[in-house]
Amino acid sequence: MATEHSRSAARLMMAPAVFLLLVWMLVPLTMTLYFSLKRYLPLRGGDLGWVGLDNYVRFVTSSSFWPSVQTTLIIVGGVLLITVVLGVFLALLLDQPMWGQGIVRILVIAPFFVMPTVSALVWKNMLMDPVNGLFAHLWKFFGLAPVEWLSQAPIFSIVLIVSWQWLPFATLILLTAMQSLDSEQLEAAEMDGASPFARFGHIVLPHLGQAITIVILIQTIFLLSIFAEIFVTTQGSFGTRTLTYLIFQRVLESQNVGLGSAGGVYAIILANIVALFLMRIVGKNLDA
Amino acid sequence: MGRIVLDKVEKNFGEVTVIPPLDLEIEDGEFVVFVGPSGCGKSTLLRLIAGLEDVTGGAIRIDGEDATAVPPAKRGLAMVFQSYALYPHMTVRKNISFPLRMAKLDKAEQDRRVEQAAAVLNLTEYLDRRPGQLSGGQRQRVAIGRAIVREPGAFLFDEPLSNLDAALRVGMRLEISELHERLKTTMIYVTHDQVEAMTMADKIVVLQAGRIEQVGSPLELYRAPRNRFVAGFIGSPKMNFLEGPEAAKRDAQTIGVRPEHIAPSPSEGMWKGRIGVSEHLGSDTFFHVHMEGYANPITVRSGGEVAMHHGDTIYLTPDAERIYRFDDKGLRIV
Ligand SMILES: Nc1ncnc2c1ncn2[C@@H]1O[C@H](COP(=O)(O)OP(=O)(O)OP(=O)(O)O)[C@@H](O)[C@H]1O
Ligand SMILES: [Mg+2]
Repeated sequence: MATEHSRSAARLMMAPAVFLLLVWMLVPLTMTLYFSLKRYLPLRGGDLGWVGLDNYVRFVTSSSFWPSVQTTLIIVGGVLLITVVLGVFLALLLDQPMWGQGIVRILVIAPFFVMPTVSALVWKNMLMDPVNGLFAHLWKFFGLAPVEWLSQAPIFSIVLIVSWQWLPFATLILLTAMQSLDSEQLEAAEMDGASPFARFGHIVLPHLGQAITIVILIQTIFLLSIFAEIFVTTQGSFGTRTLTYLIFQRVLESQNVGLGSAGGVYAIILANIVALFLMRIVGKNLDA
Repeated sequence: MGRIVLDKVEKNFGEVTVIPPLDLEIEDGEFVVFVGPSGCGKSTLLRLIAGLEDVTGGAIRIDGEDATAVPPAKRGLAMVFQSYALYPHMTVRKNISFPLRMAKLDKAEQDRRVEQAAAVLNLTEYLDRRPGQLSGGQRQRVAIGRAIVREPGAFLFDEPLSNLDAALRVGMRLEISELHERLKTTMIYVTHDQVEAMTMADKIVVLQAGRIEQVGSPLELYRAPRNRFVAGFIGSPKMNFLEGPEAAKRDAQTIGVRPEHIAPSPSEGMWKGRIGVSEHLGSDTFFHVHMEGYANPITVRSGGEVAMHHGDTIYLTPDAERIYRFDDKGLRIV
C-alpha cells in the first residue's frame, strides 16, 4: 500500500470494522464506568443516584477482595504451569513418528471442543464425586478413603479441570512449533556431542520460546475470566472465589450493580497489570 | 587420525536399496570428493559415515576400529550441513563453542580455540552477532568454525557451497582448499558440481545410483574414465558422444571426444558441420556444431577471438589420440 490513494482507500474499507470494534468495546466499558459511579440496586429501589467513588472504596475494602485476587492469580498460574509443562512434553511425544499418529492427535485435541460447563460437570460428577466418582472407586480399590476433591482440595481441583481443557490448545501450538524445527539442527547438535537432554535444553526449548510465549499470553487472557468451572463445581466456596466470581456475586446475588461494576473496573486493572508483567518477562521472545 | 574404511556398506530405506554393498578406503589426510547426479546417494553415504543413519549391512572402520555401532558424537567426525544448521538463538561465539561446551572443556581453552577459529575464518568481528544477522558466506564460515574447534579426525561436508552465489562459491572453494592444506585433516566433500570436484579433490569418487563408478585423482578420471558415465560427468563442457558410422569405423558402440580435443577450422577437416549457437566467453569460444546425421550438436572449444559465426560451415578434426571408445555396455575399450 504505497500510494496516497490506496492508503485512503484502505482506511475507508477498514472503517466499518474499526467502528464496529469500537462500539463493541466502548459501549460496555462506558456502561460499566457509568454504573460504577452510581448506587444501583435493581430489586431494592433501582437507581439511587450518584455516589462518586463510594463503590470503588467499598469493593477494595471488602474482606473478600484481596483473597479473590490471590485465588485468581493462583488458578491462572497453576493452569499455565501445568499446561505449558505438559504441553511441551505432549508435543515432544506427538512429534515422534508412531503408529496411529493422526487418531492420537485428534484425541489429544478433543477436550478443547467440550464446553467448559459440560467438562466441569463431567469432572464433578463422574470423576471427582466422593461416592460415585471414578477417583473414589480407584481410591477404594487401593483401600484408601475417597477424597472429597471439591471441598478438600478445591483450588487444585479447579486447576485440574481447567488445565484439562486448555492442555490441547497448548499442545497444538507447541506441536506446530516443534514441527518447524529444522531436523539438521538436531543432527548437528547430536554430532557436536549434545546428549538428548542437552539437545532439548539448548535447541528444542529455545526454538519453542516464541510459541510458549504465545500460549502464555493467550491463555492468561482467557483464564483471568474463567467462570463456568467455578459456577458448576464449588460456587465460589472453599476459597475458590476469583475476582470474576466475586463480581458475579455482587451483581447477581447481592443485586448490587454499582458495586459489581466497580469490581469490573478493578478486573480490567488487574488484567492490565498481569499483561504488563507477562510482556516484561516473556515478551522479548516475540521480537526475534 | 582419519583413515576411514567402508566395508560392504549397504543401505536400504524400507524396500528401496539406496546404496548396494560398497567398498571404499579413504586415507588419512586425503581430500575426497563424492560426486554424482542428484539422488544418487551421496548425502546418504555421508550420513552413514557420520553415524546419522544406521547401515543396513557391512562395517565402517575409523582408524582401524569398528565404528559401525558407535554414536555420531563418539566418531570424532565433524559435519558441515548444506543448510549450515546453525543454532539461531545463539551468538556466533556460542555457536562455535557449542561442541566444546558439550565436551565440558575448561573455559580458557574454549575461548582460545574459538578465537583461533574466528581468526582463521575472518569471523572475529562477528562473534557477538546471531546467525540471522550474517550473510550466507559468513554463516558458512561459522558452520566451518564450529567443525574446526572440535579438532575432528575428519570433516564431512554436504554440498556446503550450494546456497552461495557463483562468485562467493569460488572464494569459499579456495578457502576450504586452503584450510585442508593447513590442517591436513581428512575431508570428505559431497557435491554434484564437477568443477568443485576437479578443483578441490585429491581423490574423486563418482557415484551413480548408489554404486561407485570410479575412484581416482581428478586427472586420472579426466584422462582415463572407466566408462561412459564417468567420461560424461567429468570435464566441462561435457564430452561429446557420437554413435553410428564414426563409431563403427573405430570398432566401438560409441565414441567420445572432449570439446577441447577438437580442432575447428573454416576450410578443412575430418568432419563437416554448421555452427549453431556459439558462446563467447572472452577467453574461449564454444561452438555448438550441427553435423549431418547426428541429432545432438557437438560442442567444440576454440580460442577467444575467432571469426566464425552462427550459420557458418565449419570443419572439425578430433585429436586421434584422445578419442575414447565405449562398448555396448558403456565400458571404455582400451
Ligand atoms: N529417509 C529416507 N527415506 C526413504 N528414502 C530416502 C531417504 N533419504 C533419502 N532417500 C532416497 O535415497 C536416495 C538418495 O538420496 P540422497 O539424499 O543420498 O541423494 P543425494 O545424492 O544427496 O542427492 P542430492 O544431490 O539431490 O542431494 C534418493 O532416491 C532418496 O529419495
Ligand atoms: Mg544431498
